[in-house]
Amino acid sequence: MSSETLKKTDSLDAGSILRQSIKRLSPKNLARNPVMLVVGIGTLVTGFLGVVHLIQGEPAALDITISAILLFTVIFANAAESVAEARGKAQAGALKATRRELKARKVNGDREEELSAQELRKGDRVLVKPGELIPADGEIVKGAATINESAVTGESAPVLREAGTDNSGVSAGTKVLSDDIVIEVTVDPGNSLLDRMIALVEGAKRQKTPSELALSVLLAAMTLVFLIVVVTLVPFAGFVESSPSFSVLVALLVCLIPTTIGGLLPAIGIAGMDRAMRANVIAKSGKAVEVAGSIDTLLLDKTGTITLGDRRATMIEPVPGVESDVLRDVALLTSLADPTPEGKSVVTLARDMGSDTVAEEGALFVEFSAKTRMSGVDMSGGRVLRKGATNAIRKLVTESGGYYPKEADRLVERVAKNGATPLVVAEGNRVLGVIALSDVIKPGIKDRFAKLREMGVKTVMITGDNPITAAAIAAEAGVDDFVAEATPEQKLEIIRKEQAEGRLVAMVGDGTNDAPALAQADLGLAMNSGTQAAREAANMVDLDSDPGKLLDIVEIGKQLLITRGALTTFSLANDVAKYFAILPALFVVSLPALGALNILNLSNPVNAVLAATIFNALIIPALIPFALKGVRYKPASATKLLRRNLLIFGVGGLLLPFPAIKAIDLMLTVVL
Amino acid sequence: MNEVIIIYAVTLLLAWPLGKYIAAVFSDGAGAGSRIFLPFENTIYSLLGVNPSEPMSWQGYGKALLKLHLVLALIVFGLLMAQGILFLNPDNIDGMSWDLALHTAVSFLTNTNQQHYSGQAQLSYLAHTFGIVTLQVVTPAAGMAALVAIVRTLLGRSGKNVQPSAGGTVSVGNFYEDITRAIVRVMLPVATAVALVLASQGVPNSYEGARTITPLDQTAEMNEQNIPIGPVAPMVAIKQVGTNGGGWYGPNSSVPLENPTPVSNFVQTVSIVLIPAALVFALGFLTGRRRLAQVIMGVMVVMSVSLTSVAIWSENQPNAAFSGLAADGPNLEGKEVRFGATATALWGSWTTQTSNGSVNGMHDSFNPIGGMVPMVDMFINVTFGGIGVGLIGYFLFLLLAAFLGSLMIGRAPEIAGKPLETKEIKLVCIALLIQPMLILGFSAVTVAFPALTGNSNPGFHGISQVIYEYTSAFANNGSGFEGLNDDSIWWNVTCAVNLALGRFIPILAPLAIVASLAAKRSAPEGRGSLGIDTATFGLMTLAVIVMFTLLSFMPVLILGPIAEALALMS
Repeated sequence: MSSETLKKTDSLDAGSILRQSIKRLSPKNLARNPVMLVVGIGTLVTGFLGVVHLIQGEPAALDITISAILLFTVIFANAAESVAEARGKAQAGALKATRRELKARKVNGDREEELSAQELRKGDRVLVKPGELIPADGEIVKGAATINESAVTGESAPVLREAGTDNSGVSAGTKVLSDDIVIEVTVDPGNSLLDRMIALVEGAKRQKTPSELALSVLLAAMTLVFLIVVVTLVPFAGFVESSPSFSVLVALLVCLIPTTIGGLLPAIGIAGMDRAMRANVIAKSGKAVEVAGSIDTLLLDKTGTITLGDRRATMIEPVPGVESDVLRDVALLTSLADPTPEGKSVVTLARDMGSDTVAEEGALFVEFSAKTRMSGVDMSGGRVLRKGATNAIRKLVTESGGYYPKEADRLVERVAKNGATPLVVAEGNRVLGVIALSDVIKPGIKDRFAKLREMGVKTVMITGDNPITAAAIAAEAGVDDFVAEATPEQKLEIIRKEQAEGRLVAMVGDGTNDAPALAQADLGLAMNSGTQAAREAANMVDLDSDPGKLLDIVEIGKQLLITRGALTTFSLANDVAKYFAILPALFVVSLPALGALNILNLSNPVNAVLAATIFNALIIPALIPFALKGVRYKPASATKLLRRNLLIFGVGGLLLPFPAIKAIDLMLTVVL
Repeated sequence: MNEVIIIYAVTLLLAWPLGKYIAAVFSDGAGAGSRIFLPFENTIYSLLGVNPSEPMSWQGYGKALLKLHLVLALIVFGLLMAQGILFLNPDNIDGMSWDLALHTAVSFLTNTNQQHYSGQAQLSYLAHTFGIVTLQVVTPAAGMAALVAIVRTLLGRSGKNVQPSAGGTVSVGNFYEDITRAIVRVMLPVATAVALVLASQGVPNSYEGARTITPLDQTAEMNEQNIPIGPVAPMVAIKQVGTNGGGWYGPNSSVPLENPTPVSNFVQTVSIVLIPAALVFALGFLTGRRRLAQVIMGVMVVMSVSLTSVAIWSENQPNAAFSGLAADGPNLEGKEVRFGATATALWGSWTTQTSNGSVNGMHDSFNPIGGMVPMVDMFINVTFGGIGVGLIGYFLFLLLAAFLGSLMIGRAPEIAGKPLETKEIKLVCIALLIQPMLILGFSAVTVAFPALTGNSNPGFHGISQVIYEYTSAFANNGSGFEGLNDDSIWWNVTCAVNLALGRFIPILAPLAIVASLAAKRSAPEGRGSLGIDTATFGLMTLAVIVMFTLLSFMPVLILGPIAEALALMS
């Protein structure tokens, strides 16, 4: 997502949010949320009482004020949902906007037909030429092209997509830079990933996730408990000759039921999806985001996730008797003509080590070939410089009458043991030394794995390398376990095994042969550049095609769950203070002895009730940013996390309302 | 004060080995003590015609439990109504009315022993020893059996997980085997030991009729006094160790015949908490989760000591009626002077924490705050709690805490590696919800129609009395605030409903929950999963228990005992 579109989504139109929130007052919408339904009914009942009192000529100000505060409580809750939804939609909408006006060139045998992208159906084939936008999500079936995917990923460097490889997937709205390609459309209009994502954040189609459902049951049960408590209070009060105001009882009920979490619950769920989308990950269901938080085992491909993907020269070491500067310069010269990333990295390393050698005029470069497995340069002075695989150089040296030293063998062996690939450097028939090419571990990845371990998540590296190399890289990266010489089929086996032990498993994949494993995993993250089969099987797709994104998603999932738990705890802990504000106010007139319970020393019963009810209403908008952003998550062990969150949201929730209600009461005494 | 500490210490010290023994009794195979007890048990199995090794689903287990209770209920109900014409009735006591018999049968069937009658005057020896005492032995054993089934299904025996048997149904054990072992190997031996001590202290133990004697003090113008006796010692023993509470005599253990000496008072006090506390240790030994047992014990001891301290402090304050007078010293209204305020407050607190309900003084006469303690104890009802059911109730809060705790560490809700989903949460909510619903609902109706109530006290204390009665019934406690005209159709029937629902729903719902959990995947517990055996989680469970109680009952506590205390102060 480009920063420009982000800005657009952040500035939401207050007017439309308000209109939305009021629209959501419809009974049908309120009925979806039992907590807010009770508040809605309370609004009507107190409002009705106010009108009756007005007609009878009795004081009605309290009833009407309470009714108004309750109305705002519902509107605030609706606003929370509207804001979250608007943000999510804006996010997805910005992605979608690019494809509105797309034209497509449909290919049918030899015929070509121009039509609007909207008319494309699954299975249609379209031809896209350089400079054109891809009209629909699909898969390249013919050709290869470089594509600018910045519209989707925000990354402007072009990427290569090719038919018949694991990188054959293309997204609508991205631009072809070179070559003609034929794409097979893989989705019907309105059914693309983005369309599905938009449907997920929209209220009507949003389905509650399993833990959200269970939490809703708990909240409904608590609401019922408080309903019983407040209703039975009437005869108890009557028994001691006290008749509390009906409107105040409704206010008490609304203050007690978990309106804070009840009002923010939908927003939290939508915000979770939204945060995933901001990380450029499209979740196919809310459940997928939630599952991410509970992942026990991460299966990670070595290449691209743990290592940068290319081998790089990390060490140049001479055999005894050779100056290290000499070796360094020779290594550089042999690599000048080597266009591979490995070759370039040798040059970079030698330069970093201080070499300023340049190739002299007339030098003859010998390029690497699969047959010779060597590359190098023939200098005009007759020096023959070569670097290459161990066996190739050994053959070269011995055949030209040289001696291949034991020390070189020893160096080679050591390099291999450390998980690197050795290249031997020779001048003529003399061995000079060895270059080590290593997989470079991504910067910071070790810390992330340490954090994951702290969180109790097991990391397993999957690699096609031999066991020795794999072990070395695994140790360096700090993963818990590794599988060497792995085939995609093995991934499925590993996932099944982990799941049989009760663990939830996440994995990343892009190839068609990854698809079964992606489907089997509890959380499958497909690369957007991957094949359609992989993208279909996974429950999330990363638009950036960055396998390391899995770690972010785990954190987003945890954040989502913590936010729910924290606000529930906070909401229930708030009730103690509300009891202390309202109960004395309810009875103090008829039972003066209970005035001693007014520990906050609130100014008068009416203000006390209003202060508690206003606090109860205002806490919802106050917490909207928090619900949208989520609880700050720092990886730590379960016990540490629990202790910290209990302290902040439990104890905090217990204490905070006391000063807040007192402050509102003081303000009311000034205003009224 | 020292006596209180000594009693706590002795109880916990005795509970530890007893818990180890109980765990061994319910271990795999024949269990501890099989060499002595198995022949008896096999006789019982063949008499009942049951196969003790047949695995049962939770429904099967629950049905067997309910079936046994239904049969016993019918027998005891018949016995109570017909006792007037049956044998072993030397004092010619009449049969009970239908509603009193119903209430009495249900009350003893639910391990409650709430009495709307006076034992020595309204029960024949037959009804007492074969009706009442049978239930006093069987019902705590039923609670213990249910607990064992729940614990081993959820947590597994010594780390082994229960595997769903063929057909996908989870076996929770065999009810007949569990309850028979609980009766034969635990309840009867422990009760026998206590009965012997009590008999040695002079508690009557005879099948002869009441004694008639001439009072020493002739100034009372009473020529002769009728002193009812009977096989009192064994009944008092099982009453105390089985969290039963229903005594031989109306005033329970405050009567010298039922509780004659300091030693008998000490033994009876310890007996109240002994088995409930032992079961917490047994949980640790049975499942191999010693840390979990320690944390639960820690939470229970914290709740127990806090509430007991309040009661002891309150009863050591002068009676409110003395305010303004020069008199100070403890509140001795309704107490035996020979026990004093502290021992009575300790008993009063423990007997309500454990759903025992026996008394050695009148709770109604406690100072308002002291009288609030038994009420709060019964609202919570999981501070040790009744045999089996206390710990089962604790599990409900544990599940609730695990649900919230899992979310707060960013994981989908789980307990011991098992996912907690809507189905389980629904059952937890039902089991927790019926408490405020029944207690507050029935109390509200009762105070709304004062003609039904028959209160001796109006106002705040009247509310306390009504709430106390229903709470005692729901908590299966059985102690009373008294002062109510409670032998009426209204009280007998409504209390019977409270008793039955308060007993069986909190047993059956958790049984269903653990069976549902056992059928699910079981994740290994690690650093990232919720550690239910940590002190932090123990504190969280404590907070959940306190919050739930406070939020449900704060208004009635304020309109009852707290208002009464504040009114007396001003």
